[in-house]
Amino acid sequence: MTAPTYIYPAGSAAFPHRGLVGIAGLAPHEIHYMLDEAEQWVELNRQAKKTRDLLAGLTIINAFFENSTRTLLSFEIAGKRLGADVVNMAVATSSVKKGETLIDTAMTLNAMHADAIVIRHASSGAVQLIADKVDCPVLNAGDGQHEHPTQALLDALTIRHAKRNFNGLVVTICGDILHSRVARSNILCLTSLGAEVRVCAPPALMPAEIEQMNVAVFHDFGAALKGADVVMMLRLQLERMQGQFIPSPREYRHLYGLTLDRLATAQPDALVMHPGPMNRGIEIDSNVADHVERSQITTQVEMGVAMRMACLDVLTRRVRGVEGWAMDDAR
Amino acid sequence: MSAAAPLTITNGRLVLPDGSITPGAVRCEGDRIVEVGARVASQSGDRVHDAKGQLIAPGLVDYGVFAIDKPAFHFGGITRAALMPDQSPPLDRPSSVRFAASSGKPDFWVHPLAAATKGLEGEKLAEIALMRDAGARGIATGRQWIGDSGTMLRLCQYAAMLDMTVCTHAEDAGLVGSAVATSGEMATRLGLPAAPAQAEALAIARDLAIAEMAGCAIHFRTVTTAAGLDLVRAAKARGMRVTAGVTPAYFMLSDLATAQFRTFAHLSPPLRWESDRKAVLAALADGTIDVVASGHDPRGPEDKRLPFADSSPGMAGAETLLPLTLTLVRDGVIGMAHAFELLCANPASLLGVGAGKLEAGAEADIAVIDPDRPWIVDSEKMAASAGNTPFDRQPVQGRVSALFKGGAKVG
Repeated sequence: MTAPTYIYPAGSAAFPHRGLVGIAGLAPHEIHYMLDEAEQWVELNRQAKKTRDLLAGLTIINAFFENSTRTLLSFEIAGKRLGADVVNMAVATSSVKKGETLIDTAMTLNAMHADAIVIRHASSGAVQLIADKVDCPVLNAGDGQHEHPTQALLDALTIRHAKRNFNGLVVTICGDILHSRVARSNILCLTSLGAEVRVCAPPALMPAEIEQMNVAVFHDFGAALKGADVVMMLRLQLERMQGQFIPSPREYRHLYGLTLDRLATAQPDALVMHPGPMNRGIEIDSNVADHVERSQITTQVEMGVAMRMACLDVLTRRVRGVEGWAMDDAR
Repeated sequence: MSAAAPLTITNGRLVLPDGSITPGAVRCEGDRIVEVGARVASQSGDRVHDAKGQLIAPGLVDYGVFAIDKPAFHFGGITRAALMPDQSPPLDRPSSVRFAASSGKPDFWVHPLAAATKGLEGEKLAEIALMRDAGARGIATGRQWIGDSGTMLRLCQYAAMLDMTVCTHAEDAGLVGSAVATSGEMATRLGLPAAPAQAEALAIARDLAIAEMAGCAIHFRTVTTAAGLDLVRAAKARGMRVTAGVTPAYFMLSDLATAQFRTFAHLSPPLRWESDRKAVLAALADGTIDVVASGHDPRGPEDKRLPFADSSPGMAGAETLLPLTLTLVRDGVIGMAHAFELLCANPASLLGVGAGKLEAGAEADIAVIDPDRPWIVDSEKMAASAGNTPFDRQPVQGRVSALFKGGAKVG
């Protein structure tokens, strides 16, 4: 594991943001700061007694306007480990669309005096819209096809635990780049940290001008894998495979499935990652996903809780009155 | 109204149909202009308006608006507007056309565009001849492109027979789908559903082929891309009866304006790349674009304070149409007289109405304009029924100081 090596500015200057809406807008040292902050929680989570009362008395609302199991659970556990009162609000998108507007929901949450709100929404930009309307920190747990910043941070933390350095690290992200907020946040995060990012997808699933985000574009998975240090597979949504974007699941596997044979063309110690949930036998084979030395998939889940604990800790320091993080200190 | 004394607007600079701008006056009797020129003087008993050296121009004719919003139109010097059929319910019956045609009188004239198809669904032809006789001044496909080429051909043939212009929205529906942005770096970074800009050229190419086959006049309401404009330019060169329009957003802004998910910049068609914006400027300069219109579409917070993709497209443009078009003059893209052809004469002739020109016999729709007067666009204080403008806080120049509709002073 890499020990923290940076000297950060004191207090809130180390992370002068009210919330976490995206990786865009974060400076590299701010990303490193969050990764370093997460290390203590990685340690704690491995102890028998893994709770603290740091956030005791604070209310955190998880407002998920889109279905989620693992991200919601991860945020809930993170909040509870830190001693916060965590409330989950699951809203079916349809009922919100028919009735209350998103802004009204945001105002309602604000009036309940939450100390932090975690939001997932199916529309790009929805989290920013809410963040502009509420007084407390807002954490983006995924907005449409825009960003999923905590996923990118936990992926970076996972990589940092296995690799010494981000500089020059070759990371191949393969799958439905077009519809993936995970891909966008990871591209922003990893390029910002100095990694060389490749994206690989069939043309129909590749967004236009993605190379402007400082990535190399591949359609040939074999070429994209050559010499890769990290292989990040994205989940393929099955409903997109019924002829609209891809002819069939088996054809997708034929071209883009991560098999042991294909993995052999990457670096011998290449890491395999997946944000989950996986379609085993489609984008990733079971013997790759379960590969003891290579697969980081369960580590990602572990790092997810620690990373979210760090985010909740850092972003509530102002309301908790932590020295150097009070109202006036923040930008 | 007709009993009012004759009107003489004196001491102005006349924007004349021959493209000259000359000092002079205009005299009106009843609702008509009777004399225009340097030697025109008021007669005893006339109402006299001193233009104080400002421009005396025809009232603006706004081709293709989505709402009748009189205070906003009057603020912007607009005396007539062609109303898109996208109303609730759509203008697909003679009765609704007749009602719309009389809805603004006397101080504002609405020229309805008949829905091309029933319910604007793009399938069955609407009763176009009956709507024409009820006051429709053209046919429009609405916010949508007609996807079915067979329907479009039959529409164009019918329009040719009736000698009516078909106004179409040029975006290939298959490529666009649920897109709300133009494919490119901005849409990719924001994660917005996007369609390639070529969707416009595809639609224009097909519609041109069909219009040519049917021999009908076709107007593309907003042409926003270099490829689309090239097709229009080439069609004009070979003598087709084709015209093109645009709204100021497409020569002022690119897709960068959608940063931060600003829904006021959510338009249809979506804002394009900077290279396309420059192509629009070139097409304005060389005459490929005939009409600049507001596309006025006021939308309140219930339509705009939403995540970008869930918000409704459109902007309130009536108040900014004139000053933003005048920026083209100030930047040397077009001359002053050309600006008023784009805003008045060309849209009026497209509608076949006797307006848009300062000449004897024309309707006395006259705007007195200070083209240099500076002001700042403020979405909070607009005359429009909603302040959804991407030009909020922008300093502009050019303001109407007096407006006359049919010889009567407005406001």
